[in-house]
Amino acid sequence: MVWPIDLAVLTLVVMVAIGSLMVKDLLGAAILFGAYSFMMCLLWTVMGAVDVAFTEASVGAGVSTVFFVGAVFRTSRRTRD
Amino acid sequence: MKIIGLIVAVLTGGLLVYAAEDFPAWSDPASPASTYLSPHFIEKTIEETSVPNIVTAVLADYRGFDTMFETTVIFSAGVAVFLLLRTSGPKTQQTRLYRHQLTGVTLRIKEGADLPPSDNFERIDRFWTPHDLIIKTVCRLLIPFIQLFGLYVIAHGHHSPGGGFQGGVILGASIILLAISHDLRTAVKRVAEKMDAVLCAIGVLIYAGTGALCLLLGLNFLDYKALAPVLHVDSIMARSHGILIVEIGVGIAVMFTMIWIYNNVSSGGKYNQGL
Amino acid sequence: MADIVSTVVANYNYWIYITLMMIGLYAIIAKNNLVKKIVGMNIFQTAIILFYVSIGVKKGATIPILEHAHGGHGYGVVHAAEYANPLPHVLMLTAIVVGVATLGVALALAIRVYNEYNTLEEDEILAQIREE
Repeated sequence: MVWPIDLAVLTLVVMVAIGSLMVKDLLGAAILFGAYSFMMCLLWTVMGAVDVAFTEASVGAGVSTVFFVGAVFRTSRRTRD
Repeated sequence: MKIIGLIVAVLTGGLLVYAAEDFPAWSDPASPASTYLSPHFIEKTIEETSVPNIVTAVLADYRGFDTMFETTVIFSAGVAVFLLLRTSGPKTQQTRLYRHQLTGVTLRIKEGADLPPSDNFERIDRFWTPHDLIIKTVCRLLIPFIQLFGLYVIAHGHHSPGGGFQGGVILGASIILLAISHDLRTAVKRVAEKMDAVLCAIGVLIYAGTGALCLLLGLNFLDYKALAPVLHVDSIMARSHGILIVEIGVGIAVMFTMIWIYNNVSSGGKYNQGL
Repeated sequence: MADIVSTVVANYNYWIYITLMMIGLYAIIAKNNLVKKIVGMNIFQTAIILFYVSIGVKKGATIPILEHAHGGHGYGVVHAAEYANPLPHVLMLTAIVVGVATLGVALALAIRVYNEYNTLEEDEILAQIREE
């Protein structure tokens, strides 16, 4: 638990979250959401929750990104907001 | 709608900031969450279960009932995706396309006609693209090691971070990688749809069955001490082994649910080429 | 100066969790695209997980895996202050995996809606429903 890293990663997390909601392409949103999950994983490692970080790395950054990409592939990439 | 959303979000945020004044300071060892129940878990886990990873012990032993129903939720999510996408939807696919792998000739076969008699034909879809040989080969080499790591994560969850949930997801991801690098039909040939459905039910059944076995042997539901005479160990080691059995059940359920959901979502329930 | 830094450090985790929750809530209500709504739902969920994990942190504590425990019963007395609080970790570990399963259901619903109306935009779907 090192607080400068914690503060820096927390700020980055908010920026990536806003980015994944602002981007005008659903595939881009899916990939940015994967980056967001990975930052969260980093954050939880810093806080000492290794089991949660491991789960997030395999589930959030891995499988859920694949689910998003699969769903976008089956529907459309187009979005207006 | 945007303005209403903004107002609601800002109001909620303001209320929460107001409430955050009363939270204990971050990383305070004397905060209420860290004083009542958790010291008991930290200090007694190794005596009572001989599992060094406290998270695993609490997950599968002290809060085993909770985890059992979490596994059931995952199983029902898999069934829900199946019911949403697989059971209904437009039945198109009048003609089938078969590609001869050696020459690249593609045949179009009408519905009801016979399949080509050779083994060299593979079924393809309208949006078929040639696969990259490098990606296919690298993934083929990588998948066994990913699966080995997944098994290690399940089996070594007592001593290091990991357990049934993480290992199950990693094992499922190895099959998903096969489906991405080749195509969905290749993966479904190895892990059939029926196998997904049966094995995610079996995973939940292993968990619940362990609990029921404890009940039959005369103790409470999911009280692994009851397994001691069956496993020929003392009651502390019986709890450790009980956790392992339960984690294997969780791993099987999670692995096959992930594959099942991926198959349905990436092909829209049609089980064609997929991503 | 040191006073301000300690105040910020003590509260920054909570502020960020509130910010992420506001972002997620706004996305669920105001975004027009269904997949964007699902992304917002997941951000909301991660904010709650961040809150729980923040509660479990203890100053000067290590990860909740006991040290020198491999040799069986040859270890000393375990002090609770030396290890992070494992209880929020357990609750959130299962919540993440359940979250990805519900994400699958949400995406399956979005695919069904797309098959029916050929669009993912909420206002276009509502317009089509009114026409019928």
